[in-house]
Amino acid sequence: MISSAIIPQPLASLPWRLIFLVLCIAGIGLLTLYSAAGGAAQPWALKQALIILVFLGVAVGMSWIKESTIKALVFPIYGAIILMLLLTDAMGFVGKGAQRWLDIGFIRLQPSEFMKPAIVLVLARFYELLPAGSIRQWRAIWPAALMIGVPWALILVQPDLGTATMVLLSGITVMFLAGVPMWLFLGGAGLIAAALPIAFTMMHDYQRKRVLIFMDPESDPLGAGYHITQSKIAIGSGGIWGKGYLQGSQSHLDYLPEGHTDFVFATMVEEWGFIGGLVLILAFAFVVRWGMKVAANSRTRFGQLTAAGLTVTIFFYVTINLMMVMGLAPVVGVPLPLVSFGGSAVMTVMLCLGVLMSLERQQRTKSTLT
Amino acid sequence: MRVTPAHQSLAFSRRMLLVGSAQVGLGALLIGRLGYLGISQNDHYRLLSEDNRVQLIPVPPRRGWIIDRHGKPIAINRSSFRVDIIPQQLSDGPRVIRELAQILELSPDELQRVADELKSSRGFQPVSVAENVPYEKYAAIMVRMTELPGVSAARGFNRYYPDGPAVAHLVGYVGTASAKEYEKEKNPLLIIPGFKIGKEGLERSLETSLRGVPGGQRVELTARGKLVRELDPKPDRSGKTVQLTIDQGVQLYAARRMGDQSGALVAMDVSTGDLLAYVSMPAYDPNSFSDGIGRTEWRMLSQDDHIPLLNKVTLGLYPSGSTIKPAMALAFLEQGIDPARRVHCAGGYQIGNRYFRCDAVHGSMDMHSAVERSCNTYFWATGLIADPAKTTEMVHYLGYGEKFDLPLPNQRFGTMPNPEWLMQKYHRKWQGYDTANTSIGQGYVLINPMQLAVMPARLASGKLLKPRLLMAGSRQPAPDVAAKPEHLEIVRKAMAAVVNGSGTAVASKLPLDGIQMAGKTGTAQVFRLGERGHQSNWALRDHALFIAFAPADKPRYAIGCIIEHGGFGASAAAPIVRDTMTYLFDQQKAMDALLPLEQQWGGSLAERNARRSAAFEAAAKFVQSQAQAKTTQPPTT
Repeated sequence: MISSAIIPQPLASLPWRLIFLVLCIAGIGLLTLYSAAGGAAQPWALKQALIILVFLGVAVGMSWIKESTIKALVFPIYGAIILMLLLTDAMGFVGKGAQRWLDIGFIRLQPSEFMKPAIVLVLARFYELLPAGSIRQWRAIWPAALMIGVPWALILVQPDLGTATMVLLSGITVMFLAGVPMWLFLGGAGLIAAALPIAFTMMHDYQRKRVLIFMDPESDPLGAGYHITQSKIAIGSGGIWGKGYLQGSQSHLDYLPEGHTDFVFATMVEEWGFIGGLVLILAFAFVVRWGMKVAANSRTRFGQLTAAGLTVTIFFYVTINLMMVMGLAPVVGVPLPLVSFGGSAVMTVMLCLGVLMSLERQQRTKSTLT
Repeated sequence: MRVTPAHQSLAFSRRMLLVGSAQVGLGALLIGRLGYLGISQNDHYRLLSEDNRVQLIPVPPRRGWIIDRHGKPIAINRSSFRVDIIPQQLSDGPRVIRELAQILELSPDELQRVADELKSSRGFQPVSVAENVPYEKYAAIMVRMTELPGVSAARGFNRYYPDGPAVAHLVGYVGTASAKEYEKEKNPLLIIPGFKIGKEGLERSLETSLRGVPGGQRVELTARGKLVRELDPKPDRSGKTVQLTIDQGVQLYAARRMGDQSGALVAMDVSTGDLLAYVSMPAYDPNSFSDGIGRTEWRMLSQDDHIPLLNKVTLGLYPSGSTIKPAMALAFLEQGIDPARRVHCAGGYQIGNRYFRCDAVHGSMDMHSAVERSCNTYFWATGLIADPAKTTEMVHYLGYGEKFDLPLPNQRFGTMPNPEWLMQKYHRKWQGYDTANTSIGQGYVLINPMQLAVMPARLASGKLLKPRLLMAGSRQPAPDVAAKPEHLEIVRKAMAAVVNGSGTAVASKLPLDGIQMAGKTGTAQVFRLGERGHQSNWALRDHALFIAFAPADKPRYAIGCIIEHGGFGASAAAPIVRDTMTYLFDQQKAMDALLPLEQQWGGSLAERNARRSAAFEAAAKFVQSQAQAKTTQPPTT
């Protein structure tokens, strides 16, 4: 991308625009984590900086992997993750409690996180292998539905509604982009819309109450609506320019729960205001636009579907979290990637970006490869 | 149609466009939502955020004082230290309470109360462990605060009644608001530890004036209630001082003079209707009530046959006995009966088939001598020639059975019967014996001790005075009593003769030069079957009553008094009225009369009260050591 005689070729060929955006977002995140800790690098900001650097390195490293290598690994990796999910569920069943982690001695793995990019890759591979003429046929649908449904169900029982929803949405998006007939999606959407009121009447009282509280969190400000209410107060009280850095009372006085993880956006907006929130949303929008461009420029079907699918995964990650903290979606526990404290989301997004960078590099160098 | 890779690529582009549009749409939604929350709804959320950040720790206002007509304290506040438990924050309860009991040297009685209150408390409502804690113990607890989760020690104010039992039934007492009272008012002030509201008497009826407005320390608190920093405080406003018409000296004197007898005394200023004394004895100590009374003390008080828990001034109803006679005489005069008309008393009077017995054989009686010597025969005979409706109306008009508008929570006003009332209530016509009973204040006649003071005040002043307790408020001149002044003069003269002539209360002349007291004795039958006079069983003895005013020629003060089961009015009630009246004119002389009596009774009221408190405590310990099952619940204070 940058052509200069001084900068060595491997460095110059990196997608610097994307890396700059990622560093911007991560920088905002680190500043917010510093503030959320009451103006201290410990316990979150420093650790998070390390996590981001490590995974950014991994992503950049991945950019040299060839598309063919990725293709070859897709099914084995998918199979391995399914096995890990099964194992996780089994351990959870034995341990009689929620289980999302797989402890393999030196590291704790969260296999559901790997599933987010993996579902995209495996479906892209599937549709690439599927003969073009079969896309309107039953056999274009049921294997894909199975590939989505099995991990979705395995994640749902953990229980992790947020991740399960994201896997489902990413998978369906890839199916949609692959050209599966439109009526399937319209019909499905219509069916769900029709089923919602019926489902509502069949719900238990406590479930119905949860739905109602989501619709009107102020009706239960101290109970289930507490997170949403406090988050909206934090965001709304920031105004246009915010209360000033390190001045957010909602987060600093602990009224905002999870102000450094799922609700980090509220912490940020309280201090930086509408402008700060806008900058962050636009930065994510540029990342998504970059990814969509990679997809549009891909010349292979696998490349197209993978790039679009992974970009959509990132998009869902961000959108679900923002909708959640602004009271547009129920609280499902999806962090804001690159900003929230924690390694899982960073890892997933960096894996996505790594594959995207690899695809992008090959677009530029395609002529020499073929 | 066959789908080719070219088709597929086209479809992908089209669908990418759809997905891209959806992304842009969702992005716009997010930005729009952000703008809505942060810009359009900013004021709303800023307010909520401030509500979160700034909390008001209410500082209870100091309760207003109650002072007497000269500004002397009747109910004031004393600075004190207190210890509470906040049930919500209490962990390892039994250990914490054990340690508290050790530091504060709590009695088993108090421990039991704390345990009971903890059990019935709501999580947020603090339970008082001890009040009036000495500074050393308070400091000992402060030092160990971290080991005692849920315990809070604070400086506060305690209600203090310098005269203790002497004002108990007048002012009532204060106590912690009950759950029911909190539910009714929903005022967070009520559940602050140590905050007391009026529970009885004036403390209760004047609550709105006395309470004041809470201030508060504005603080920045974390969601977990940890203090971050203090902001500028909001000042509290103390309750208003309420000045009573009561004269603290007279009040205390009358209470002391009553000794251990059960009774009530009301003193009134004849020119204004101001109540100078309002005494019901014996009484509980409102100070110990305000601290939260122990169950043993409560039980002992409630089982006392002298009923110290009853406000006899407004809730005690008694037959008026012969104290009705001056009013009867006035009623006769107003109906045109000649005061010189004579009735022969042969020791009794026959009405229908029943013979009514007089106290003595009085011989020939006119109105003056009949009042002076309390001859029933005269009043029976004269009552029968008068119109009972008019007669009873006059007595009621002068105060017996009348309702007064006083700032007291509970009042009973008794009955002054008349023919119409009898018909309504018992569906029968007024008979001769009804006239006879009413004429001497028996039968259906029931009065309260307040009326016992109003009656002589109205006769003495010729004004239709109303009793007043509060100095504030407009003073309207009382209208004249609708009776001829010369008739009132006849009655006053007769009453003066009761004490100073050859009447029933000559033993109770005022020991003062140039000041005479006028009065009328009364003896109300309690036990109908027995002979009148001495009864060995206290509870069966007659009530003694006395009404009086002084000086007889130029009245300034009126007093009504009843001593339950005191026997003859002249022997039990009149001397108390005499000494109290003396106090109003010459305090030294009155004290000289009181001190030897108190020595005889075993100390002053304060000394005896302290002794009784000690007895309560000892009894409580005894009860606890016997580990008896609880029988009576303490009041929920």
